[in-house]
Amino acid sequence: MNAFPTTDPLLQVHNVTRYYGDRIGCADVSFDLWPGEVLAIVGESGSGKTTLLNCLSTRLAPTAGAIEYRMRDGTMRNLYQLTEAERRLLMRTDWGFVHQNAAEGLRMNVSAGANVGERLMAVGERHYGNIRSTADDWMGRVEIDSDRIDDDPRSFSGGMRQRLQIARNLVTRPRLVFMDEPTGGLDVSVQARLLDLLRRLVADLGLSVVIVTHDLAVARLLSHRIMVMRHGNVIESGLTDQVLDDPREPYTQLLVSSILQV
Amino acid sequence: MPVRLYLNNVGKSFTMHLQGGTVIPVVEKVEFSVNAGECVVLGGPSGAGKSSILKMIYGNYRCDEGQILVTAGDEIVNIASAEPRKVLRLREDTIGYVSQFLRTIPRVSAEDVVAEPLIAQGTSEEEGVDKARSLLSRLNVPERLWTLPPATFSGGEQQRVNIARGFIAHYPILLLDEPTASLDAANRAVVVRLVEEKKAQGVAMVGILHDQDVREQIADRIIDVTGFSAEAAA
Repeated sequence: MNAFPTTDPLLQVHNVTRYYGDRIGCADVSFDLWPGEVLAIVGESGSGKTTLLNCLSTRLAPTAGAIEYRMRDGTMRNLYQLTEAERRLLMRTDWGFVHQNAAEGLRMNVSAGANVGERLMAVGERHYGNIRSTADDWMGRVEIDSDRIDDDPRSFSGGMRQRLQIARNLVTRPRLVFMDEPTGGLDVSVQARLLDLLRRLVADLGLSVVIVTHDLAVARLLSHRIMVMRHGNVIESGLTDQVLDDPREPYTQLLVSSILQV
Repeated sequence: MPVRLYLNNVGKSFTMHLQGGTVIPVVEKVEFSVNAGECVVLGGPSGAGKSSILKMIYGNYRCDEGQILVTAGDEIVNIASAEPRKVLRLREDTIGYVSQFLRTIPRVSAEDVVAEPLIAQGTSEEEGVDKARSLLSRLNVPERLWTLPPATFSGGEQQRVNIARGFIAHYPILLLDEPTASLDAANRAVVVRLVEEKKAQGVAMVGILHDQDVREQIADRIIDVTGFSAEAAA
């Protein structure tokens, strides 16, 4: 068991740029992501971190640049040259996307069990009993009582909805998960529980994660590497604790020094 | 004994952009090596740069100048220019860091906190937790605390949990950042024995130790960091 095997990158990002008219969303971003690696993208609102995340996850086509992904068969494919069917399959099975607002990532009018089971059906599972027991198992892993399996998520608290969204994403054993402020808008105690859960699941499943957050404590707890964005550009990147403990750029020093101590 | 760690012409300064770009020189031309089975203690007053040197070796601080060469298996890695994932890999199997401050993680029990580095190296969970318990017991952490998350422990208890975590796994290089500060005499003696055991296993250690008696017991060599002072050289 080794968390950082020497293999090939899972994702290679080359000079990704996205304009909104003549305004820059993100500019000239390049990096590699390896299996099992958690990369945090931090920066204030408007810095381009969500634009970048949406470009990476094929939700928003970049104006320029290329993104390559290693498919399960080992071939490297340019994401924006996949067919629509290939892209959809990837998003439904090999990838996950955890939204800040769980309602965006869940179907609010079907049961919790069906929310988890639906992704399994997308990978070809048809046996109702298996789907239900796997869904039940995943509800347990994200600490939702199994007697809530037939309730729909409208009756769930914010923290429970977020945990259900995570179960829905992870049930297909994805290799890459995108997260957009997954703990944003939750109470601190609920946040701590969710963070611990995420930390364990990411390590146990060996997931690669790209997580957008403005919370440096979240970045420190979850990520191996960090990229600091400002005005659409990556201004500093490196090992998470090195960037946070020895920030080099003026803006990063400002960010780090703005954290309230408790 | 073979050299495990070699610092070659290492220099470091901080630029404080929020204070009008003031440059604070820390150290310059740091040069020393550490052999397997040897414990080198960094000496000098507070602010001389001892901690910065230790943090550069761990990759926690950036190294502006020079090389920090580490023997990892059959290769030699320069920490000063290694990629993040290489540094993480080294922290998993080559370089350990014992500090007095525990960064607590919500909901993780003391014994799991301690066992984690060993399990990350491939030891089974059962064996890891067993070894964690025996270390916690050696460091006089009461048994009733082992299954509780350390966030609510006293400062001294947290410190001993962190020492157990730092010593549990085998790393060819171990960095000691004031592990005995504010420990009582009995626990200081335990740490001294743990360091002696590591020496016997051929571990190369670099330490910062303010306790005179502990220092005399474990240091094979003392390097005065004031000799690397950036101001003195300027």
